[in-house]
Amino acid sequence: MANTCECEGSCTSVVYEELDAFMADCPKGRDRLIPVLQKAQELFGYLPVEVQEYVAQALELPVSEVYGVVTFYHYFTMEPRGRHTINVCLGTECYVRGAKKIVEALSENLNIKMGGTTEDRRFSLTTQRCFGACGLAPVIMINDDVHGRVTPKKIAGILAQYE
Amino acid sequence: MAKPRAYVMVSVDADTVVIGAREVKTRLAAEIGGCGLGGEVRVLETGSFGPSDAGVVAAVLPDGVVYGNLTPERIPQLVEEHFVKGRPVKDWLLPGEHFLPDPENSDPRGQQYFGRIVLDNCGRIDPESIEEYIANDGYFALGKALAEMTPEALVEEVKASGLRGRGGAGFPTGLKWSFCASEQADIKYVICNADEGEPGTFKDRLIMEGDPHKVIEGMALCGYALGASQGYVYIRGEYKLSIERIRHAIEAARENGLLGKDIMGSGFDFDIAVKIGAGAYVCGEETALIESMEGKRGLPRVKPPFPAKAGFRGKPTNVNNVETLANIPFIIRNGAAQFHRIGDPGTPGTKVYTVLGHINRAGLIEVPTSVTLRDVLEDYAGGMRAGTFKMAQLGGTAGDLLDASMLDVPLNYDSLAKNGHSLGSGAILFMNETVKVCDFLHACMKFFAHESCGNCNPCRNGMEALLELTERLKQGAGYPGDIALMEELVMGMQSIAFCPLGQSPAAPVLSAVRYFRDEMLTGIDADAVRPRPEHTMRHLMKLAS
Ligand SMILES: Cc1cc2nc3c(=O)[nH]c(=O)nc-3n(C[C@H](O)[C@H](O)[C@H](O)COP(=O)(O)O)c2cc1C
Ligand code: FES
Repeated sequence: MANTCECEGSCTSVVYEELDAFMADCPKGRDRLIPVLQKAQELFGYLPVEVQEYVAQALELPVSEVYGVVTFYHYFTMEPRGRHTINVCLGTECYVRGAKKIVEALSENLNIKMGGTTEDRRFSLTTQRCFGACGLAPVIMINDDVHGRVTPKKIAGILAQYE
Repeated sequence: MAKPRAYVMVSVDADTVVIGAREVKTRLAAEIGGCGLGGEVRVLETGSFGPSDAGVVAAVLPDGVVYGNLTPERIPQLVEEHFVKGRPVKDWLLPGEHFLPDPENSDPRGQQYFGRIVLDNCGRIDPESIEEYIANDGYFALGKALAEMTPEALVEEVKASGLRGRGGAGFPTGLKWSFCASEQADIKYVICNADEGEPGTFKDRLIMEGDPHKVIEGMALCGYALGASQGYVYIRGEYKLSIERIRHAIEAARENGLLGKDIMGSGFDFDIAVKIGAGAYVCGEETALIESMEGKRGLPRVKPPFPAKAGFRGKPTNVNNVETLANIPFIIRNGAAQFHRIGDPGTPGTKVYTVLGHINRAGLIEVPTSVTLRDVLEDYAGGMRAGTFKMAQLGGTAGDLLDASMLDVPLNYDSLAKNGHSLGSGAILFMNETVKVCDFLHACMKFFAHESCGNCNPCRNGMEALLELTERLKQGAGYPGDIALMEELVMGMQSIAFCPLGQSPAAPVLSAVRYFRDEMLTGIDADAVRPRPEHTMRHLMKLAS
């Protein structure tokens, strides 16, 4: 998932190269902005202003437009996230089945607020709209894994699966 | 190899993968092989065929029994008992009747034949095998249309079928197609709306996971009818398995000459690409979806011009829901007349729902449009699991709340409209008396407040005000007049919000007030004094200027 490398600089050029290669492969035109940003976020883990400027320049778009798109969609983030992103479903079914207790248990367990990231950058905690997995409510998603029928008791065990 | 005597269909969809469906399948195949039955019993992966709260589910055909809550540990005993000794393991059978996809299957109430139109293959074939789709009449409709029908005749056939859009608004599909078909342009686009964002709705996901080729065939037929050469499936990013299976299906169709240039030698060119959403509820609205596909913020456009005139990249574009498109092959294969005979004459056909809540059997169902809410509850959902029926929300968070007085209204656009309601997106949430109306409304408002894009003031501030209002009512600390204020707010938002998202809270709020005013009044504290400033529409307008 997220590439949150700590080596500051020396390896980012490799990441930029990969992004360049991806952009070169995309069919030309305005349409490619979102796929490119999705790729960039996958590579960098988040979309700091520098990356947005880089993309804007490469695609010959005003930075303001790139920024507008980044801030519009839930998938994009401008803050560095933890190695693993925990998404708690906010949907009605999950809410009815106790999503709130899950949020509380997660906050307590990780000692962070909703929207926060742990100090060791292991986890970030966010919410999301219905995943469409309501049969398993309440549902949380860690990176791309869906965990269903979560109870506060199960939280510690689930988190332990992620280093 | 001899023809197998039995098939074990393991439902592998995004929900069951999480709880180990693939492990169960692997173990099943291994155990069956270990008993030397590999040639007789085939283990297959299918999409979901209904139950969504029964763990890993597998059906044995032709026996027609369904096992639930399977784990790899249970498999050796299951294989030994069922396949070697030939007696089903009663304890693990899923109780109740099942809607096992079977073309001979009649309505479980035994009243009316309908079979399944959209889900006929779900749970019966391997969604990753184009051969199995073809063996079940797949791509027959496309072949028939290309060989025998003109594009105009195809549009007429869909018109005659009376099919109405399943994405929420219920717009007649044939009519929509005819707008786009009559446009002259060098290129036209067909878009399949698979952004399914309405909470509680996941029927489109299960259709794509269970029978992706049906969606592809529907799109190709649409492309032929409209003279479009390029299709897109816009899938929300979280639907990983749908994305995978649709992509796989597109490739398989291309390899078999069912997509690409000169399809089946007819001279018709059509190809499909997948676009992945980046997460915003409003992108499900068709013009917002087009904006998003163009790499912009997903803000709805001002209509007109409608997409049929100027849609994606300014070209004529037709947007249909996944389920709508999945109906097309049946209509072309069997003719409009046969389709029209099913369900309610005003909204012929079937409707796919995900049913959830305090019921015995949650999951995916497909029912004729003539059944009522009570039929769904009693016959398909197995009745209430606990408590008694208090209310149902029809069509996700933006849908209406109904009370027991609406149980006998048939679930279709016309019958519901007569009662001042709409059908919505295909989710039904049944609730018993433990759910408080104000709590529930608050949960709905939370969702809208989260999804408001902030572009227009009535929606941005209105949602916050509604959140505050429902929070107060929930805690029994509402100010006298709060209910009227809430009504004023949602109606105001309905008329002046820029996009349909801002209009959405009106349905749940107004229907809640209509049926549960007395209960909501208990959230009001008669002695509470309202502090200034008030959240009135006038106040909002002032903020806006
Ligand atoms: C806020 C909003 C969200 C919507 N979300 C969806 C959606 O997730 N899926 C969908 O098919 N239609 C959605 N629609 C309806 C679409 O705008 C459009 O009517 C539909 O895709 C047309 O398909 P149909 O004619 O086949 O029903 C939404 C509409 C609004 C206003
Ligand atoms: S409400 Fe949580 S997955 Fe649907």
